[in-house]
Amino acid sequence: MSIFEYNGSALIAMVGKNCFAIASDRRLGVQLQTIATDFQRIYKFHDRLFMGLSGLATDAQTLYQRLVFRHKLYQLREERDMKPETFASLVSALLYEKRFGPYFCQPVIAGLSDENKPFICTMDSIGAKELAKDFVVAGTASESLYGACEAVFKPDMEPEELFETVSQALLSSVDRDCLSGWGGHIYVVTPTEIKERILKGRMD
Amino acid sequence: MSKSLVDVPPMGGFSFDLCRRNDMLAKKGVNPPSFRKTGTTIVGIVFQDGVILGADTRATEGPIVCDKNCEKIHYMAPNIYCCGAGTAADTEAVTDMVSSQLQLHRYHTGRESRVITALTLLKKHLFNYQGYVSAALVLGGVDCTGPHLHTIYPHGSTDTLPFATMGSGSLAAMAIFESKYREGLNRDEGIKLVCEAICSGVFNDLGSGSNVDVCVITKRGSN
Repeated sequence: MSIFEYNGSALIAMVGKNCFAIASDRRLGVQLQTIATDFQRIYKFHDRLFMGLSGLATDAQTLYQRLVFRHKLYQLREERDMKPETFASLVSALLYEKRFGPYFCQPVIAGLSDENKPFICTMDSIGAKELAKDFVVAGTASESLYGACEAVFKPDMEPEELFETVSQALLSSVDRDCLSGWGGHIYVVTPTEIKERILKGRMD
Repeated sequence: MSKSLVDVPPMGGFSFDLCRRNDMLAKKGVNPPSFRKTGTTIVGIVFQDGVILGADTRATEGPIVCDKNCEKIHYMAPNIYCCGAGTAADTEAVTDMVSSQLQLHRYHTGRESRVITALTLLKKHLFNYQGYVSAALVLGGVDCTGPHLHTIYPHGSTDTLPFATMGSGSLAAMAIFESKYREGLNRDEGIKLVCEAICSGVFNDLGSGSNVDVCVITKRGSN
């Protein structure tokens, strides 16, 4: 059994027109037993930067706490928020530092960079960055997520259409994975507002 | 945990504090994850005006293609580029690190970087980690002593060659080079040969695919 299949997770981030959406499932399990149905995987660092962490839940929480620490220090020193590209490099460096004893997490980073251009990226557990222009996925359901996103993605979607697309892709993929599911948590972020919604899916 | 809180910012280099926990998990039957590899075809040739490097653009995570258009030709210096195969995080980290070291060296000496400098820095680092940093590189560039092409293996050994291939598609690409390479190729013939070699890797090797990236380095500049 792989360490990534201990807790189970599903994460997507997708790019739209001057906006992005980041979504996760809500199940926390210990192998096949579900122990929570409202687990938070997506964290907000500032109004224009979100990160989701899939994989082992304990490492995800530890990594999140370290990153919040580093980001707050950065805000104090630089008196501004961190750009998503810089944040992605920070996460990559933190993960590569543990190259021979890694954190068992795969982060998905989504943010709005200069001129409100959406930025998404994912990494493997040792920090190999993968920048994409359309969508990135992570988690135990990643194989179905790749297929679902590839099928429904269109470039330059408006926020409402993006929300529908990401919800459909997430819910249909987690239905094919025992270890993730129990609904969805989705953030659609535009330069002016952040819309957070809970999705109700098959509760199994 | 308290020790690492004091260590901010970290001192650089690798940190081994999670190793004990990960070993304990492994003993309990929980396997570590597979890392993203670049299951690749990377090639380089020396032609009459300089060096041409080529790479495919597929990144794999086990059997799944996780990036259809990833960049495997990394910038080291304005006149030196490096293609990387093996574990993606290792190739990126090692080339970024040596690229910064070369920049510092350029500030120190006030001169253009030499390919042999990049080569020595890379092989020192890789040998130091005895092959655990799994990066197989094709390094090429043009400096004041002329055009150079080298291959670097994960354990730190190097070769200097007129044409080189690395990665899972290397045998397919080498077959093209061995039959069609000759000295004194011009730019167009060189680009055509490199593309043919990468395509041969792309079609015959499952780990390589998607597009072909080509980088031409001459005395006048790189593109």
